[in-house]
Amino acid sequence: MIEIRDLHKSFGDLLVLKGIDLDVENGEVLSVIGASGSGKSTLLYCINGLEKIQQGKILVDGIDVHGKDTNLNEVRQNLGMVFQQWNSFPHLTVLENVALSPRIVRKFSREQALEIAEKQLRHVGLGDKLSNYPSALSGGQQQRLAIARALAMEPNYMLFDEATSALDPELVGEVLDTMQLLAEEGMTMICVTHEMSFARGVSDRVAFFHQGVIDEIRPPEELFESPESVHLQKFLSKVK
Amino acid sequence: MDYNFHWRPVFKALPDLLQAALLTLEVAAISMILGVLIGLGLSLIRIHMKGPVMWLASIWVELARNTPALLQLFFFGFGLGAFGIHFSPYLIVLMGLTFNNAGYLAENFRGGFGAVPDTQIRAARSLGMTAFQTYTRIVIPQVLRIVYYPMTNQMVWAVLMSSLGMLVGFRELSGETQFFASRTFRIFEYFAVTAVIYYIIVKIILGASRLLAMRLFRY
Ligand SMILES: Nc1ncnc2c1ncn2[C@@H]1O[C@H](COP(=O)(O)OP(=O)(O)OP(=O)(O)O)[C@@H](O)[C@H]1O
Ligand SMILES: [Mg+2]
Repeated sequence: MIEIRDLHKSFGDLLVLKGIDLDVENGEVLSVIGASGSGKSTLLYCINGLEKIQQGKILVDGIDVHGKDTNLNEVRQNLGMVFQQWNSFPHLTVLENVALSPRIVRKFSREQALEIAEKQLRHVGLGDKLSNYPSALSGGQQQRLAIARALAMEPNYMLFDEATSALDPELVGEVLDTMQLLAEEGMTMICVTHEMSFARGVSDRVAFFHQGVIDEIRPPEELFESPESVHLQKFLSKVK
Repeated sequence: MDYNFHWRPVFKALPDLLQAALLTLEVAAISMILGVLIGLGLSLIRIHMKGPVMWLASIWVELARNTPALLQLFFFGFGLGAFGIHFSPYLIVLMGLTFNNAGYLAENFRGGFGAVPDTQIRAARSLGMTAFQTYTRIVIPQVLRIVYYPMTNQMVWAVLMSSLGMLVGFRELSGETQFFASRTFRIFEYFAVTAVIYYIIVKIILGASRLLAMRLFRY
């Protein structure tokens, strides 16, 4: 379970997150929507400790992510993250991309790491690309590679930061399908997304971010059919 | 033209010249290895640090790149000599070349580090890699590819630059040639053959570098 209490985050003088309270239960899929600059990515970066926080607390499986004695590298193994920009490691083959962290972070033997990597790559439908370099993959395939790479750490949670928004429209579907597959398998996920159909169809709850606070958070049917916040109403009228 | 070419003495000295060529290669190669390590350090200092250490690193890079290599060599020879610090000709050349290599490579590395996107680092850290693992497994391999050809050029440059060693009494290929040439007065013949040897060494380095690149960089 991820528990966020009174989270405040600023960059210099710019207050970006202004008191976030949020619980994500195991097995839940939460979509996060909201205007550009509202702090959605920043929230994800705070959850896995890529950004420091100024106030509040984030607990992942009871571990205080920003605690003084917390081993962040351990916490991060439990939080797979997929970014908007594809960032496969260009100097490693598809298989090596996925096998690297099981080997050097989780300290598996080479054989075990390759086995895990191959399993995850088949899982996301890249079983026939193992020995290719990422440069030979399409954007959609690179994002699925990124998903497999995160899954190889066997995290309890997956964080997606607009995993499809840098993709050509015809490649969006394959990545969303993979995300949906994970959701159906029971993965706990926080998905920052601009894909309203995904938010509506796959998530258990949708959180609408507005200027650094969660303005409204409800199951998708309710949130999309009868938005209460005026900001949300405005936002939805624009994206439709 | 009334100059008679005499090649026989040159060919007789060929084994000695080739021996000296090996010394040239040796000093160039060692100065390259040291130059890469120190250059890497200098570039990281300039990227990540502030204050006196950073200034020292910058001064190193500035001097290495913007003063004649010969003067850099003289510094380690006669310059330090004036303070009573004496090194063998071999060490003078090794230090001079290393100083120069490190300065040039530091600047190349700095550009290389700048060319690896931050998103690579973030992705690696998000997988639980330590900062050190991220550098050694993700960043540096990519930097090495970016700086590979500049590095090859620097190696060639180090071989050619080592010829300045004869001016501090080092009997590498040029020094050895000079030694024989002045004994026999067959100056043109000796240096013609030596030029060919340099040319072949450089071609071998370039060829080997290309082969190695094909093996290393399949992506
Ligand atoms: N490293 C940083 N330094 C300074 N300001 C930052 C930094 N990262 C984000 N910001 C600022 O924080 C605010 C929130 O950014 P964030 O990326 O979280 O928004 P977002 O909701 O993800 O937007 P988008 O939909 O465009 O991705 C923005 O005003 C942004 O300019
Ligand atoms: Mg964002």
